[in-house]
Amino acid sequence: MKRSKLLPQIALTAILGFFALLMSVPLLLTFTNSLMTETEIGMNYGLIGQMTDVAAGGNTRFVNLKLLPDWLSFGQYREVLILNSKFLRMFWNSVGMVVPIIAGQTLVASLAAYAFAKLRFRGRDKLFLVYLLTMLMPFQVTLVPNYLVASTLGLMNKEAAIILPGVFGAFGVFMLRQFMAHIPGAYAEAAKMDGAGEWTVFRHIAIPLAKPGLAALAVLLFVDYWNMIEQPLLFLEDSFKQPLSLYLARIASEERGVGFAASVLYMTPMLLLFFYAESYFIQGVQMSGIKG
Amino acid sequence: MFLTPSMLGFAVFYMIPFVMGISQSLTNRTLGGRFTGLSNYSELLASGSFRKAAANTLLFTGVSVPLLLALSLSLALLINKGPFFRQGLQTALILPLVVPVASVVLVWQIFFDWNGTLNAWLYHGGHSRVDWLQSNGSMGVLVVLYLWKNLGYNLILFLAGLRQIPRDYYETARIEGAGRWHQFSRITLVYLTPTLFFVVLISIINSFKVFRETYLLAGDYPYDRIYMLQHYMNNMFAALEIQKLTAAATLMVLCISVLVMALLSVERRFRDVLD
Repeated sequence: MKRSKLLPQIALTAILGFFALLMSVPLLLTFTNSLMTETEIGMNYGLIGQMTDVAAGGNTRFVNLKLLPDWLSFGQYREVLILNSKFLRMFWNSVGMVVPIIAGQTLVASLAAYAFAKLRFRGRDKLFLVYLLTMLMPFQVTLVPNYLVASTLGLMNKEAAIILPGVFGAFGVFMLRQFMAHIPGAYAEAAKMDGAGEWTVFRHIAIPLAKPGLAALAVLLFVDYWNMIEQPLLFLEDSFKQPLSLYLARIASEERGVGFAASVLYMTPMLLLFFYAESYFIQGVQMSGIKG
Repeated sequence: MFLTPSMLGFAVFYMIPFVMGISQSLTNRTLGGRFTGLSNYSELLASGSFRKAAANTLLFTGVSVPLLLALSLSLALLINKGPFFRQGLQTALILPLVVPVASVVLVWQIFFDWNGTLNAWLYHGGHSRVDWLQSNGSMGVLVVLYLWKNLGYNLILFLAGLRQIPRDYYETARIEGAGRWHQFSRITLVYLTPTLFFVVLISIINSFKVFRETYLLAGDYPYDRIYMLQHYMNNMFAALEIQKLTAAATLMVLCISVLVMALLSVERRFRDVLD
């Protein structure tokens, strides 16, 4: 590399590095603070939420933001994982809702996506537009239909009230259709010349070729539903049925001492998956951005 | 045949109840209500908390989306210049996208609390502190959270868009003596426009999702400035005011649909011009 190019490139790296660091601060803090003892957390952050001396404005004590713990301790993890049964139960609650949604939506959506991408029928494009619009609606809009169905079918306060709408979510249909639209039509035609039916084409051509798309969809759905807050908040009253996200929401105020470790454990599956399947994830996001 | 399972579920869980919802919004009671026309809508539009929520939502979207677009496009252009450790930097910038909101609330609290780090810095810099979550500053806090969370998404899309612009366009332009600004405005921006439409759309849609952050930081009834449509709707739901809720939802669907259709048709026209 020429010298004249080296300096700008170092500057470029430094600027981006600064932003990358800025973005990583919350994560870094969570990790390092999860290794503090509960006492140390209390000492550093005990002042949160205490509105002392507002009128006088005189209180000069502040939270003590600290990157590195004084003593390395796995006490928080011990408390969360072993001594307190809530965390693990809610962890499995989350798994128990997210896994059926991913499996169900991937299956249902791959069928529908094939129809939208490769079959011709009346009203196809209009129907697809309806799916697209539904996908774009914020949760508060689908809240109403979800609620009406759940109460009609007697699903309130049951996990099914969350799983079933998830299985039939529109996002998978949209994303996989984008993916399948890029499969060359010649493959299917060749197979049909050899006497293969639609089902065989779907099963032995479309699905194998769409595998990266299926993986990308699974990753994106996992990110989305592992993170869900509104649905369980409104549809699951019993706290023993609620997923981890809600436990974490409460821990911030009630059990701050173990909150960091719980947070780390909560985001770990996500981070592992992301590092393992980053290319699928990126591909998935890009796919949803390409219009067919 | 392939479509049947999805259509059935989609109809049962989204379409039919939605139509039911619309019809509810025209009646006065949930069960056996009388048809009351648009009175729920006029009541809704007259209600102070609905107006406040709508205005806040618009303000938030209007401020945060342009900021996000500018920031993510600049970073994408920088990354595209090929810094050292490109892959690592890109990963670090995308990472917040997959981090569950609930797991970083603690960190946000440490920064934005009355006794928090941000105020400590202000105080030591000789300024008086700000009650971030109970003042107009709360909107700023939300914008920061939104930027942090959504930057990665736009970055991925912009980088993909940039990759599709053929390199030789730039070379031709350079040979013909076009300056950097000229290259950016006449090549990069023009060919990035299809991507831009989608990014704008997704950014707006995602700006409606900021409820999670607000809820986790400030609960059901946050400070006035960040009381969003989503709070309004959640609270209507909790109060079982289904008529108002469905009326609000119907309005929201209408607005979003109009927005999407408008963006799609402008985009189509733009493509025709480009070809």
